[in-house]
Amino acid sequence: MNIVECIDIKKTYEQGQVEVQALRGISLSIKKGGFVAVAGPSGSGKTTVLNIIGGLDSADSGRVMVDGNVLDEMNRSQLANLRLHNIGFVFQAYNLIPVLSALENVEYVMLLQGVPVADRRQRARTILDDVGLEDKYDRRPAELSGGQQQRVAVARAIVSNPSIVLADEPTANLDSKTGQDLLELMQEMNEKKKVTFIFSTHDHMVMDYARRLVKIRDGRVVDDQIKAR
Amino acid sequence: MNFRLGWRNIWRNPRRTLVIMSAVIIGIWSMIFLGALMRGITDQMVRNGIATLTGHIQVHHKDYRNDPVIENSITEPEAVEATLNDILPPGSRWTPRVRVNAIASNARHSSGITLVGVEPRREDKISFVAQAITQGRFLKPVDKNGIVVGKALADKFETKLGRKLVLMSQDTKREIASRAFRIVGIFRAEMEATEKQFVFITMSAAQQMLELKKGISEISIILSDYQEVDQVTVALRTALSATDYEVQSWQELLPMVTAILKMYDGFIFLWFLVVFIAMGFGLVNTTLMAVFERIREFGLLKALGMKPWWIIKGVLIESFFLLILGMAIGNSLGFLSIFVLPSTGIDLSSLAEGMEFAGMSRVIFPIIESKDVITANLVVFVLGLLVSVYPAVKAARFTPVEAMAHT
Repeated sequence: MNIVECIDIKKTYEQGQVEVQALRGISLSIKKGGFVAVAGPSGSGKTTVLNIIGGLDSADSGRVMVDGNVLDEMNRSQLANLRLHNIGFVFQAYNLIPVLSALENVEYVMLLQGVPVADRRQRARTILDDVGLEDKYDRRPAELSGGQQQRVAVARAIVSNPSIVLADEPTANLDSKTGQDLLELMQEMNEKKKVTFIFSTHDHMVMDYARRLVKIRDGRVVDDQIKAR
Repeated sequence: MNFRLGWRNIWRNPRRTLVIMSAVIIGIWSMIFLGALMRGITDQMVRNGIATLTGHIQVHHKDYRNDPVIENSITEPEAVEATLNDILPPGSRWTPRVRVNAIASNARHSSGITLVGVEPRREDKISFVAQAITQGRFLKPVDKNGIVVGKALADKFETKLGRKLVLMSQDTKREIASRAFRIVGIFRAEMEATEKQFVFITMSAAQQMLELKKGISEISIILSDYQEVDQVTVALRTALSATDYEVQSWQELLPMVTAILKMYDGFIFLWFLVVFIAMGFGLVNTTLMAVFERIREFGLLKALGMKPWWIIKGVLIESFFLLILGMAIGNSLGFLSIFVLPSTGIDLSSLAEGMEFAGMSRVIFPIIESKDVITANLVVFVLGLLVSVYPAVKAARFTPVEAMAHT
């Protein structure tokens, strides 16, 4: 069963007087439980693909379906609800709210979802334990290393059991050892919790970890490999 | 958690928070303190007005106020006095007076004055004059020739205690009545004009001089609770025939003071608005700065599924904390500065001459009125939150992609 279905999506940006064609007709199907890397050089359109799948941006044409929802038929509020309940995000940087502790950052999404306080606190602790931050509940982002911050972001992304986690270059700001640890964590979460992970990356290590590698160049899919387990 | 987040957010930049909070504190302080000063001024004006022979309520012959001549006197005061005894609430005090225009003269000067005939023992409890004697003494019931004059009049006439003063007025037979009195007391008043205008003799002396028999010009009433003035005025009007008598409250007797009171209400509100506008710009500016600094964060929150309304709520919670803290400190400082003022009040005697026209006092005692405090706080709180909506809406309108691309 496909959790993401993109059919011939196109997107053009205006940068000053110049029109930039970010996506020139991308079609992509991703199965539930996948661990997929969307790879390509800078400006290839990989972040745009992730933004469109996540409902953060809209395609000019084409059709996008995520977890059974047709995105181009949804208004902003419906898209916000979809993001809140069905999609988790891990960004490259500025992932966490600086004035909240690790535990509170994870709790915050559940607060928006209306999860009762005791329940959300319990779930936030469990997930932080799962990502190996059991002794960092009360640390604020500035008191955590880059890798630990990304772990909190992953914990936040998966705590409410979304269907998909979209990770935009999650290892870009990490050294290779920390990056590897993070990938292993995400892989473990993918296998344990059956959450679909989609990354954008140009990091070869991320590409190596992915079970499917979709390469994009100049707004088009140029290669799509499914790796043997 | 939203409140915890808001509270921590305002302390991300403590210096900025303290600056804008100071603006709120100074704003609220000035609203409360200067508001209380203004109230003190108006309260003193009313007290002066009431104490300067007006009282809370007066009863006159129906034509006296239009034409205060001797013919328009109350000729049968017993009937009115019986009604007063029936109607006035316990604790009320009243006194009859004769009050006519007259000319005072001595060997050197002459001047138009108001002759006031009083019953010394009753007047003592009603108007300012008995307490305002600075030289000599107040009248006694037996003083047939005694007169009490103002300091300014005595200076103008170059006279002093024990000297003679001749009063001249028209009596009930339209003849010129004239009589010499001896100065037994000199009074000081809040206003120099009062000192120059009024001279006091005993009622019996006035009635005799003017051939009034038992007639009087007015009855001045002081109630124990001034809030009952309207109610008692209406009751007296009903009881006393309108064809013979006129009953007026101090608001009607002192139209200028009443008008100034209303004007001050407007001034105080206007002052609140002016202070708020200055403060409001600071608040909007600070909130905008705080919002623009955190655009990426708002982008992240929106990406996570936060709806615009939640972002608006978040920014408003931050303004709420700024305002509440500023208001709490500002109110405390306002009350404190009023309570630590010396019990002697603020002496404005150097300005008093210029202020006399409106019946203002030389010394102001600030007065806190709950409606001013409530209005000041409401203005700051409600308008403060309202102006914060603008930066809040700005924060909520960025799309996640725009916001997260913001550098």
